[in-house]
Amino acid sequence: MIRPGKMIQQVLSSIFKKPATTRYPYVKASMPGHFRGKIKFNPEKCIGCMMCMRDCPSKAITIKKVGDKKFEAEFDLGRCIYCAQCVDSCLKKALEYTNEFELASLDRKKLKVTFHAEPDKGPETKA
Amino acid sequence: MHKVIIPIGPQHPALKEPESFRVVLSGEKILEFGYRLGYNHRGIEKACEARTYIQNIYLTERICGICSHSHSSCFIQAVEEIAGLQVPRRALYIRTIVAELERIHSHLLWLGVAGHEIGFDTLFMYSWRDREVVMDLLAVITGNRVNYGINTVGGVRRDVTPEQAKEILKGMDILEDRTKYYAEIATQETTVIKRLSGVGILSHDDAIRLGAVGPTARASDVRRDTRKDDPYAAYGELDFKVITDTHNDVYGRTIVRVGELMESYKMIRQLLKNLPDGPITVKAPRRIPAGEAIGRYEAPRGEDVHYVKANGTDKPERVKVRAPTLANIQAVSKMLENRLLADLPIIIAAIDPCFSCTDRLTAIKDVEGGAQGTMEWEDLHTYSIRWYRDRGIEFGAANKKLSAMMEGKK
Repeated sequence: MIRPGKMIQQVLSSIFKKPATTRYPYVKASMPGHFRGKIKFNPEKCIGCMMCMRDCPSKAITIKKVGDKKFEAEFDLGRCIYCAQCVDSCLKKALEYTNEFELASLDRKKLKVTFHAEPDKGPETKA
Repeated sequence: MHKVIIPIGPQHPALKEPESFRVVLSGEKILEFGYRLGYNHRGIEKACEARTYIQNIYLTERICGICSHSHSSCFIQAVEEIAGLQVPRRALYIRTIVAELERIHSHLLWLGVAGHEIGFDTLFMYSWRDREVVMDLLAVITGNRVNYGINTVGGVRRDVTPEQAKEILKGMDILEDRTKYYAEIATQETTVIKRLSGVGILSHDDAIRLGAVGPTARASDVRRDTRKDDPYAAYGELDFKVITDTHNDVYGRTIVRVGELMESYKMIRQLLKNLPDGPITVKAPRRIPAGEAIGRYEAPRGEDVHYVKANGTDKPERVKVRAPTLANIQAVSKMLENRLLADLPIIIAAIDPCFSCTDRLTAIKDVEGGAQGTMEWEDLHTYSIRWYRDRGIEFGAANKKLSAMMEGKK
């Protein structure tokens, strides 16, 4: 039947429903498990082939040699486009993605994340 | 009658993107419509030449925020043709699934925007709410809501698991119900029919003459669909119809898009049912042998064309992009002929324009002298600093002030 106000039924029934929007940031939002968020680096697996640096579309990673077979990575979260190509490029699976996505900062220095290589103890992450 | 020229844009509250239109009016009637592209030029083609093929996938993906998969697939198809790669069938199927999900999200988005432009904001709210279903599905499959990054040279980066397939099918059921409802609204709601019928008429002959593509052409009864005409990825093995309409107006374009949504659900079901086993990538060389190829791809807005020329290194020598909006924008002048000014927003919105995709060139013209010239990056930089300094704005000082304020706060 052709008539105006065709959606009125739907609109009225929505009054009694829960809102479709969520109350973010008061209610935490979660991303699916395979979400490409902040990148994590495991220094003990890195062999320093620099493939991630070569493939990164936005030059967000810098791998530095800090000792004999020891490497540390510096990420610039401001440059990173979160495509996780570095995770695919890494031959030794030293890089992995996490579903962390709330990374905004007012300070540019805080956007630089360094994963230090520790000589004897396990890897320590300093953000 | 007295003629009035109205400039619309590049900065205008009714436009979503900066683009400049010049409308010549006689009273309310549009006599002439001119457009000037170039405000969104980002130099992507040139940037492609300085990046490797793998980096270019992500760069071409960012040509458009809505049909991102279209651009990266189109680029990668051309690269794979040059390299002579046999992409595994499973990878082609996954590419097609993401492509169709993208079409669903783009068409639902368009439906909302069209509703908004004609003042039917209820439709806009509901269709965008339902669009979240497909956005969440894309996040689950590819790992991102937009700019999916699923393509790689020689295949796809992520597999579709049986659980994900089930989730997609569930989403398709919900969306199919909703789309049937929207089809009902579009064909039975008087206000929609009256507002859209006879607006922005583009006759069959004009659509062919002006080279319209995608839903714009199909609404003028032109059976033009790259998925059927030159099947790529898995489209050759799918059973689907090309939706056309004979209304020739904005109403026809709405019907075509809603019809295409229904076809997309059908296609995704077929793809998931017949998903072949096997690898999802084939080993691809980093250096692509010399050669050239053209990628054709039916993006949600129409046919997308990428030309790639390789020279044997790991970077392309030339990349040329023709986005669907560039093919459709010529038809807009014809659609607007003798229409009222109030129809302008919906007629422009009906081609589903994406000006960022379209802008491939900016010509700088000296207004007084009429001379044209080129400017290097450095010249532009110093020119902009000088331009602002002449007007009393010093960016270096402003920056220092801002950082001093930030320091003081702490």
